[in-house]
Amino acid sequence: MSEAPPTTPPTEAAPVHEGTATPRPTMSRKSVGASQRTAPDRFTPPEPPALEVRDLSVYYGKKMALSGVSMQIPVKKITALIGPSGCGKSTLLRSLNRMNDLIPGARITGAVDYHGHNLYGNSVDPVEVRRRIGMVFQKPNPFPKSIFENVAFGARVNGYKGDYNELVERSLRQAALWDEVKDDLKKSGLALSGGQQQRLCIARALAVEPEIILMDEPCSALDPIATLKIEELMRQLARDYTIVIVTHNMQQAARVSDYTGFFLAGEAAYGQLIEYGPTEEIFTTPMDPRTEDYITGRFG
Amino acid sequence: MAAAGTRLDADIGTALSKGRFKRVGESVIKLSLVAAASVSLFTTVAIVAVLVWESIPFFQEVPVQDFLLKTDWQPLFEPISFGIWELIAGTMNIVLWSLVMALPIGLAAAIYLSEYADPNVRRILKPMLEALASVPTVVYAYFALTFVTLNVLRPILGDSISIFNALGASTVMAVMLIPTIASISEDAMSSVPRELREGAYGLGATRLEVAFKVVLPAALSGVIASVLLAVARAVGETMIVAVAAGSTPNLTLNPLESIQTMTGYMLQVGLGDAARGSVQYRSLFAVGLSLFVITMIFNIAAQLVIKRFREEYD
Repeated sequence: MSEAPPTTPPTEAAPVHEGTATPRPTMSRKSVGASQRTAPDRFTPPEPPALEVRDLSVYYGKKMALSGVSMQIPVKKITALIGPSGCGKSTLLRSLNRMNDLIPGARITGAVDYHGHNLYGNSVDPVEVRRRIGMVFQKPNPFPKSIFENVAFGARVNGYKGDYNELVERSLRQAALWDEVKDDLKKSGLALSGGQQQRLCIARALAVEPEIILMDEPCSALDPIATLKIEELMRQLARDYTIVIVTHNMQQAARVSDYTGFFLAGEAAYGQLIEYGPTEEIFTTPMDPRTEDYITGRFG
Repeated sequence: MAAAGTRLDADIGTALSKGRFKRVGESVIKLSLVAAASVSLFTTVAIVAVLVWESIPFFQEVPVQDFLLKTDWQPLFEPISFGIWELIAGTMNIVLWSLVMALPIGLAAAIYLSEYADPNVRRILKPMLEALASVPTVVYAYFALTFVTLNVLRPILGDSISIFNALGASTVMAVMLIPTIASISEDAMSSVPRELREGAYGLGATRLEVAFKVVLPAALSGVIASVLLAVARAVGETMIVAVAAGSTPNLTLNPLESIQTMTGYMLQVGLGDAARGSVQYRSLFAVGLSLFVITMIFNIAAQLVIKRFREEYD
């Protein structure tokens, strides 16, 4: 799989806890930097941040869904958000490109800084935000248009003036789909298999040339082989893009991500960031007992 | 144990067997449902049969080629002439101008309700809009004549518009059609899956782009259905045109003139201008048959349009 960046020194893998079935990272990926974490949820990745979430809370109507999350999403790394259902991980993901704006009654406090600008600032156009921070959804959702038009859609609405044939080919190649569909670009996107549809959705997102790609459980509707293909693709994409992925699948988080944030809805039923750190540390030497309980399968 | 087992097997055999009267209720229900569904089918077939049957004597007196090729509709005065095109033009005049007004407004209303409106606003607005469709057409008819023509069109256009004119009728017809188009189109647009919209928003599309490039194409069959229903209502509407558009057969699509539609003529004859059995009376059925054929052509054309342009999402 992808090679580790040479800039960070490798650390010793911490020993697995006795008597627990901790999933271990299966891909050959070296650990990213010795972290100096003072508290489970206080962690600053060594890489510069692509996004900096500051004290973000999200409300749906009167109900608080997510409370006071602060975390830095490092640039050109894969950050996984894990936790049981209702823990607010998807809510956080959708707050990162203002998709929550589309939900009536959603309200957000706090800030998400992107290149020094708060995405929730008064003068920020959410449409521009979403162009730079793309999204891939849980259920593959290609438009009922041809494969070509699916990929070209984002470029068209953004007034792309270049060569569309070239753009479509490049995006499909990046999404590792070109060889499978190059002969029937006119076929409906819906005629593809589930895994191909999801890669088409990734190609569609790439065609807009975003900086960051958000993935909301992108493999939960796919079979294991299609899932592996997408994971492999994610590792490739992480060379050029910052990726944030929400997943229910802890093995997946362990396999693909560099950093992992663990979320949990406490007694008060709103989601909180419990622990954040390098994936290997989260899965081998978690600081918070609740993280350990979750990753060892004691609940969730 | 074995014996008990055997008895048990027999019991299960009884339980499993079809039994002649076991599901009587089921078949009664099914029969009555089939009967209910058949009523409308048989009525339609019967109406078409009557139209064709009663038109035959008319076409024995008036040659089909005169009916289809002549352009004069003068059934009551010499020289008597039955050229259907003046009535078709009258109907098309109304359909054209009412749709020119109702289609953009109805679609805009549907897009607003489905893509822009706050759910609370939609909950209030949609029933209000639909209430417009329940105003009796005779009320619309006098509204067209007394208010629209006399108080709106005349002061603006002066004497260039006759008292009985297609524009007043079309305007009010449009008001009547807007809820039909808006409501049915909105239903179709609302049922487009949210995932498709989110996919487009996630690529940096604006609300307008999502509405026109994703939702509208996906909802096209519902939108066309709404337009089709609107056309059918406009073609079939009688009171508004009879009261407000005049009774002057006129081969024109000019909305400022007085015209007569096919339904308007049928009402006029039906109200007693022609004796039963006379050629004028029989012309009623020939005109009715023409109406039916025109509506059918619209339906087929709409099916073709849907097949060609719809973006199916499931």
